[in-house]
Amino acid sequence: MPVIYQNGTRIWQVRNQKETLIQYALWLALVVLMVICGKFIADRTTWVFVLDAPRQGAEMLSRGVPPNFGYMSRLWGSLWDTLTIATLGTALSFLIAVPVAFLAARNTTPHPIVRYLGLLTIVSTRSINSLIWALVLVVILGPGVLAGTLAIALRSVGFMGKLMFEGIEEIDEESVEAVRSTGASGAQVLSYAIWPQVITNILGVTIYRWDINLRESTVVGLVGAGGIGLQLDASINTLRWAQVSMILLVIFVSVFISEWISAKAREALI
Amino acid sequence: MAQSFTMKGRKWSPPPLIKNPWIRYGLIIGGLIYFAFAISTLNLDPSRIQRGIERSGRLLLAFLQPDFATRGSIIFTGMLESVTMAAISTVIGFIIAVPVAFGAARNMVPTPIYVVCRGLIALSRTFQEVIIAILFVVMFGFGPFAGVLTLSFGSLGFFSKLLAEDIEEIDEEQVEAIRATGASWLQMITFAVLPQVLPRMVGLTLYRFDINIREAAILGIVGAGGIGSTLNTSLRRYDYETSSAIILIIIALVMVVELTSGWIRKKVQ
Repeated sequence: MPVIYQNGTRIWQVRNQKETLIQYALWLALVVLMVICGKFIADRTTWVFVLDAPRQGAEMLSRGVPPNFGYMSRLWGSLWDTLTIATLGTALSFLIAVPVAFLAARNTTPHPIVRYLGLLTIVSTRSINSLIWALVLVVILGPGVLAGTLAIALRSVGFMGKLMFEGIEEIDEESVEAVRSTGASGAQVLSYAIWPQVITNILGVTIYRWDINLRESTVVGLVGAGGIGLQLDASINTLRWAQVSMILLVIFVSVFISEWISAKAREALI
Repeated sequence: MAQSFTMKGRKWSPPPLIKNPWIRYGLIIGGLIYFAFAISTLNLDPSRIQRGIERSGRLLLAFLQPDFATRGSIIFTGMLESVTMAAISTVIGFIIAVPVAFGAARNMVPTPIYVVCRGLIALSRTFQEVIIAILFVVMFGFGPFAGVLTLSFGSLGFFSKLLAEDIEEIDEEQVEAIRATGASWLQMITFAVLPQVLPRMVGLTLYRFDINIREAAILGIVGAGGIGSTLNTSLRRYDYETSSAIILIIIALVMVVELTSGWIRKKVQ
């Protein structure tokens, strides 16, 4: 702890001179970088629209409140589609992610090359947002719930696979050893020693991802992949703000409920 | 009879995950019925899937020959815009998040402020960035400004929630010690609370930058700036070679940022 003597009194400081200088230089660099970034964004902004924002916002609010509750009768179908996209997407992703996770985990992989293929699958699907998947799949399959379901499923494989294979790598090797020493086959080791140890983790990850997927499935409709996002897009394009606020309310409530279900289910698992 | 039973032994099977058989079979049967019903509402049309497979062949072929050059400059500015948006909104979000986090920590402020700040955090965390982006685009017009606001709002919720949890769990003894010297509220915050919570924030900032990069890549789809609009346009115009190039660049960027931020986090902590 450096101490500076000044006029006979000792002044306590956290850092010595060199560290302080480096600290200041780093902060300065950050500030300069942010100013450059800010300038870049400011140059590409139409400021007339930005200055108009308070008026636009006030108009949106005045036309959106209260929400059009009568519109709800036409939302049940989309809400069901959204739930279908999230649930079937998660289920499909589960079917792909579990084998991929076992292939990618160091202690269960049949061969290092297979392990790298598994890791590659996990990393590459994780890097692409579900909205990009949805864009591409809508081109291939046409608009609809199927494209949304596949988009959610493909995006989730990476996420679920990563958390699952980390769980598999953390298992207790002693019970695996114990089962193997009875002369059990590979499949028996898997089902009697490894599976019971990882099943709670795997189910927990799946439920957690289902919760996230419900949230994501509300937006895949914006690019035409089905669900409540379609309705949201249509309402915004026709400037029906009372419908928009109703849809946002429905999304808020359903996300809240799904979070509650997911928390309860994961609590029950442990 | 009993003798032969013990001689043969009972076949052992592992205990089921859900003990109560009623709940166990109820869940299985209910799940099967739900899936059957959900799949029936998917509108699986074999002829459309047939055509889709043909089309995906063409798409895949185009995706195997990414074309970086033809629209090179547009892609470059789009990517630059995405990265800039991500960087600046991480910083703005963090700066606003610090006061909000103090407001959302139960041990720091009176209840009314706590409720308001927690409400703000819940609002920011419930809605997908894309939905918030649409509303901001309507309000502030097309372009990266709406994107920056969206990502800042999203980062705000993320940072304040985690920071508030950290503040609620700080060591009260250090606060007590500083307060005993006669320090004001502000001095107590700077010398007793912030030193306890900020170190973890470095890692979280980098992590959020990661997330913001991913989000900034898609916000353009709804007009909020960045590479997403270019990607959307190229797909609409059947220019799949360019789409492929953009997606590959996004993947590469996300991976590079993830690796770098992971590396820095390991160094710092």
